[in-house]
Amino acid sequence: MGRLFAVEIVYRGIFQKTLAKNISRGIVLAASLEGKPGTSFGRYGDSPERNGIPAKYFAIVATDDLTLEEGMAKYEPKEVDITVCVDDTLCKGVESWAWYGLQPINRLTKAGGTLIVTSKEPPEKLMPMIHQKQDPYKLAVLKGIPSFSGLWVYKDDHTDVRILGAIAKLLPDMLKLDSVKQFILHEWNDAVKVQSATNSYNRITAQNVSPSQGNPEKPFQFELLKWHEMRDGVSIPCIAPGHKMDDPATHATGGFQPARNPTFKKWSTRTMRPVIDFDTCIKCTLCWLQCPDSCFDVTPEGLYDANMEACCGCGVCEAVCPVKDCVTMVNEVAFKDNSSQWEAWRKNKDTYNTWLKGTIANKADRSHGFRYKGQYEEQTPEMLEIAKSS
Amino acid sequence: MAQMTATLPERGTEETALITGSEAIAVACKLADVDVITAYPIRPYDTVMQYVAKLVANGEFDCEYIVAEGEHSQFEIVKHASACGARVFTGSSGVGWMYAMEALTVTPALRIPMIAMVGNRALDDPGAFGVEHNDALTVRDLGWMLVWVDTAQEALDTALIAYRVAEDRRIFLPCGISCDGAFLTHSQAMVKIPTQDQVNKFLPRYNRADLLLHPDNPITVAPQANEDWVMEIRRQNYAAMERVPGVIREAYADFERIFGRKYGNPFFEEYETADADVVIMGMGTLSMPTRVAIRKLRSEGKKVGMVRLRWFRPFPAEELAKCLSRFKAVGVLDRDFSFGSPYMSGVVATETRAALYTDTISKHPPVLNFIGGLGGREVTVPDVEKIAHELYEAAEGKKKPATQWIGLRE
Repeated sequence: MGRLFAVEIVYRGIFQKTLAKNISRGIVLAASLEGKPGTSFGRYGDSPERNGIPAKYFAIVATDDLTLEEGMAKYEPKEVDITVCVDDTLCKGVESWAWYGLQPINRLTKAGGTLIVTSKEPPEKLMPMIHQKQDPYKLAVLKGIPSFSGLWVYKDDHTDVRILGAIAKLLPDMLKLDSVKQFILHEWNDAVKVQSATNSYNRITAQNVSPSQGNPEKPFQFELLKWHEMRDGVSIPCIAPGHKMDDPATHATGGFQPARNPTFKKWSTRTMRPVIDFDTCIKCTLCWLQCPDSCFDVTPEGLYDANMEACCGCGVCEAVCPVKDCVTMVNEVAFKDNSSQWEAWRKNKDTYNTWLKGTIANKADRSHGFRYKGQYEEQTPEMLEIAKSS
Repeated sequence: MAQMTATLPERGTEETALITGSEAIAVACKLADVDVITAYPIRPYDTVMQYVAKLVANGEFDCEYIVAEGEHSQFEIVKHASACGARVFTGSSGVGWMYAMEALTVTPALRIPMIAMVGNRALDDPGAFGVEHNDALTVRDLGWMLVWVDTAQEALDTALIAYRVAEDRRIFLPCGISCDGAFLTHSQAMVKIPTQDQVNKFLPRYNRADLLLHPDNPITVAPQANEDWVMEIRRQNYAAMERVPGVIREAYADFERIFGRKYGNPFFEEYETADADVVIMGMGTLSMPTRVAIRKLRSEGKKVGMVRLRWFRPFPAEELAKCLSRFKAVGVLDRDFSFGSPYMSGVVATETRAALYTDTISKHPPVLNFIGGLGGREVTVPDVEKIAHELYEAAEGKKKPATQWIGLRE
């Protein structure tokens, strides 16, 4: 039996679909130049893709056809040599259509394997977001912003070839840099892209991650029902309407917190989240009215608290809020948990307000991809500069 | 429309491309120079229409590409185009295929060589889009030829073969090519693309001949007919279906000669059966975990084989019965169900048992049915090992249930 290699590419649905596909196809086509057969496929359960919902592509390569069949006999690989994460906010985990609960980003990364993350953050900033893993593995950070190369727009910022260059360095048994170069020339006939891949090959480094490093939280999961435990008639019970909220400071009750889907938490759907200045809120209700996910809890005093079990991070609340800096969208990498901002504010307003101001002042650059026309054209030169210099 | 003016055949060498099973079928359509293609989106079939649209938009493929307002019209349009002499292609999945049901029933009787790709999908409800074979199997009694493939290469090759067989004047029947949703329609593999020269040699132009609907050939198609005609009309379709195996054999032999790829017995593939005690039978990509499991079982000394059925219609009953009678037990793995059927079994198991109830064979092995992989659920290598274990026990005379569900949460 020969050797089987597997790579997964974790990406934001729609926004990064073409990027993920390019990387996956690139792996298979470059390896085929070395006589290794392979297959490339997107995880079908992630379809139909929705904007920003985490999704996966897989590339499987083998040293011979029989071994490849071992890889193709599964719905998806049970472990991978390399996990590629093309959006650093996905380090918090994957909660997709295809998966129940929160899947740690490194769940499939095999012992001794490598997690490659594209990020402008240093490894020490990413590490606390990544769940602990029982086996040691490696982390490699490829400097860059979450590239937007999706279903509708392909921003050619070289992220795809830079990842291929990094993979050639980290797993040379699967594919070599020369094969990557040859593939790039054949696919795009672009010497600058070849240079970007080569730069990335020369510069990528991976650091060891021990089982004690990372987020110690147990990822959210639940058991699926057995056939005889389920309601029949393809029916599911509705979610109860909701209940009043408790004030953690006064224990007064009031307002309204809608009951939410107990299984789909949307924790990793967001790339940004709103932070609220409760002291400047004029209770105009616009954020609550406009939120497409009913994510705002109405507090006993009539304020609006964005609940992180329901927020998709779309930013509509920030857009409709009439008060300056009352709702601010902040890059998800700034947050360690999903706790209530309102409860923190009620417990200690000074502490909260200091945290709020610091969080807004130091927020890492991040956007949705549809903030204004032409934004991506502006970002491409920055990324190409990173590809050249870092 | 196919131009009757002679064009110089394209030369070239066989190329390899990294494409999905759906894309492979779209490439076959291009190579077959299909004249009219109709489409209506439903996954996983839609991947083939997307690729056809791309080929047309890129100027690589010249055909009438029509997106209909629903599956019924989609199938009606190509039915009529085919009656007028156009080579046609269409397809659907799951309940989309069911929505076209009335059009599907009228097509075989009119002797229309329509080629349809069925991206196999679970039937609603629930609105799932993973693979199940019940969609294509609903037309099993209507006069459609039905074939299942298990790789993107076989999808491309079988599409070419399907045109050759369906458009043969002795046959003139529609053919559904079943591709497992996701496992085949959405997985990219390296596929050898035949040259245009090879395809031109293999596939003659569609000649509707005496059945051509054209002012120069005044005929009425599908007049009202009742009890004084219907049985004779049905008997004609029976005769056409009876001729299919011979034409399939000719086509596969020519395919091997021209393209150099061997498929052996066209009707079913045998894997590691020469000395097998027990065999597992199934259709489509279930072959992948089955082959891997068989290699593992054999390394442990268990002589297990696989019979992968390609052509379900016409069902190769006699040949299959002869093959299966060699083994001590047969396990049929159905990616479908037939609620209330004999022994609550799947469709393939029921047909296989019927095929074995014949006096042309002297030995009748026990047939156990396993229902699995529904809605796209993975059939794992351990699942297949469990089936092999059950078959060995049945071979030793132990009483086993006729039907078992595998991979179910119970």
